Amino acid sequence: MTAATAHAPATQKKKGVFAALEIDTRLLGMIGAFVVLCLAFNFITDGRFLTPRNIFNLTIQTVSVAIMATGMVFIIVTRHIDLSVGSLLATSSAVMAMAQTAILPDLLGVGLDSPTVAALAIVIGLMTGTAIGAFQGWLVGYLLIPAFIVTLGGLLVWRNVAWYLTSGQTIGPLNEYYLLFGGINGTLGETLSWAFALVATVAALWALVASRRNKVAHEMPVKPLWAEGAIGLLIAVTIFGFVALLVAYQIPSGRLERMFVARGEVLPEGFTQGYGIPISVLMLIVLAVLMTVVSRKTRFGRYVFATGGNPDAAELSGINTRMLTVKVFALMGFLCALSAVVASARLTNHTNDIGTLDELRVIAAAVIGGTALSGGVGTIYGAILGALIMQSLQSGMAMVGVDAPFQNIVVGMVLVVAVLVDILYRKRTGGKA
Amino acid sequence: MSSPDRGTPLVELRDISLAFGGIQAVDRVTVDLYPGEVVGLLGHNGAGKSTLIKCLSGAYRMDSGEIRINGEKVEINNPRDARRHNIETIYQTLALADNLDASANLFLGRELTNAIGMIDEAQMEAETRRIMGRLNPNFRKFSAPVSALSGGQRQSVAIARAVYFNAKILIMDEPTAALGPQETRMVAELIDELKRQGLGIFLIDHDIHQVKQLCDRAAVMKNGALVGIVEVADVTEDDLLGMIIAGKRPEHLAA
Repeated sequence: MTAATAHAPATQKKKGVFAALEIDTRLLGMIGAFVVLCLAFNFITDGRFLTPRNIFNLTIQTVSVAIMATGMVFIIVTRHIDLSVGSLLATSSAVMAMAQTAILPDLLGVGLDSPTVAALAIVIGLMTGTAIGAFQGWLVGYLLIPAFIVTLGGLLVWRNVAWYLTSGQTIGPLNEYYLLFGGINGTLGETLSWAFALVATVAALWALVASRRNKVAHEMPVKPLWAEGAIGLLIAVTIFGFVALLVAYQIPSGRLERMFVARGEVLPEGFTQGYGIPISVLMLIVLAVLMTVVSRKTRFGRYVFATGGNPDAAELSGINTRMLTVKVFALMGFLCALSAVVASARLTNHTNDIGTLDELRVIAAAVIGGTALSGGVGTIYGAILGALIMQSLQSGMAMVGVDAPFQNIVVGMVLVVAVLVDILYRKRTGGKA
Repeated sequence: MSSPDRGTPLVELRDISLAFGGIQAVDRVTVDLYPGEVVGLLGHNGAGKSTLIKCLSGAYRMDSGEIRINGEKVEINNPRDARRHNIETIYQTLALADNLDASANLFLGRELTNAIGMIDEAQMEAETRRIMGRLNPNFRKFSAPVSALSGGQRQSVAIARAVYFNAKILIMDEPTAALGPQETRMVAELIDELKRQGLGIFLIDHDIHQVKQLCDRAAVMKNGALVGIVEVADVTEDDLLGMIIAGKRPEHLAA
């Protein structure tokens, strides 16, 4: 066999530019909607919406809901629902707040601001969230109580467990290491941010190359080289552009001065420093990558989608769908607790109403992001983009000065319209709604 | 009934019973299957054929009775147990996850993974292309979800799944129900090919003509009970119809 014939089936026929790039048109549509939204707000607010400062705030406000939305994708894909995530967040947050302020310092005989206390509190919180999630999953998977009912009950139960644990009080101030996960109190700074951009870009490009090599090795069709190059370039520009924006948000000089004083130094004349990537945002990025890998490259993820597509087929294929339900809900619980770290650290306190109505935001984010309530369909990046769109809408309207009731009316309508558009889109492309 | 010179049966279903609520869906049924043999299961809707066979494939748990494979008693409590004994089933409903592509369905529950436990998509697709090239050379839609496939294409995915994993015992529940004549012929050829390889096949079918053609023996059920097992060569299609409708063994075979 000559090289030419061997290569012939491996290149695709001529197609349109987007077809060759193999970019999900649905994703493209969402990004388009998001860009239009941002530009519109930017125009109305005379350029205040797209400032480094506002974008920085937008990203740290999105993290908490986005973390939970990635788990909600799995829940909804397996044809379940979780209405208890906001309450679960509150209980996990309450447990961590009590652990780090009232219990651990005495128990360990160390100060409030010891790093050990922060680490232990987070581990305890994550375990609590996971255990509660697994328990709810067991009720759904093994006792066959509908998830809607289990988590509706959970919504009440865990909200009030949190209340009981803290006697309804605001708990704080929290451990200073714990607060690093909140956003503005924990950022990478300029150097580390750029280093991250570099590492992320190299990793993404390497993944592209590895995937192409693997396909070529099995003599499968691959995209034309220019398309791969264009995607690689797009990824690099996006990553560096995003980091540049976050670095461009400068730490105010008063705050810088205090930081130098705390270290026993004097702020040099003309010294400036950007915030860079917040640790919470970094966490979300890493989580998004991990969850995407889980959903596409692991058996667990494959079974989640198979079960959502046809539960009977999954069962007959030897998949233990009951245990799978427990695992999916346990993962959701873990993510609620992770979200609780970010949310309470951002507020610098545990408050009694933390996470209230988050279940609706999280479900809305997943659904706007293209997760079908009929099961079997959904993506992690879609859910995160959904969370970002919701948050932009909310804070954009606040910035414009829309009255609070109208803000919620608009968000509610956008949710319904987004699902309608999604249904129409799926009908046209012949996919399953 | 069974010829003594053929050694140990591949599968023996002995006195299988299963009731749903007050209804005796399967009532003390005994059937066996030898290597390289096709046994047809016949009967009206609700006669208990599919229920019986689901006890073997692990979809249902029988109330009483025993299953022997190569003479040894085995426990089959779920589809995983059945797969461990090299029992593969092609269900009437095909049991495909519509949102996944052909290779994901083919390997569902038995994905190929690489050194670090990640699913090896490319390897799986390559294997799928190979087996489909043998079963259904016209098959092209490897990356489309199976919901986008025709009835015949879906059928070939379901068959590929059963054949790929070196099944020794194959259960086919109305494999040609949704197919056109050409695809039906393809399935018939496949059954012959698998027979030659020494598989034992249970074939559930409504089409008596097809049973006459494809099967070696036919077991007829009515109202959950076994009417009788006959060598297909010894009976006419009318005899089989009589067994199905009246529940009587043909006169010339009645001992």
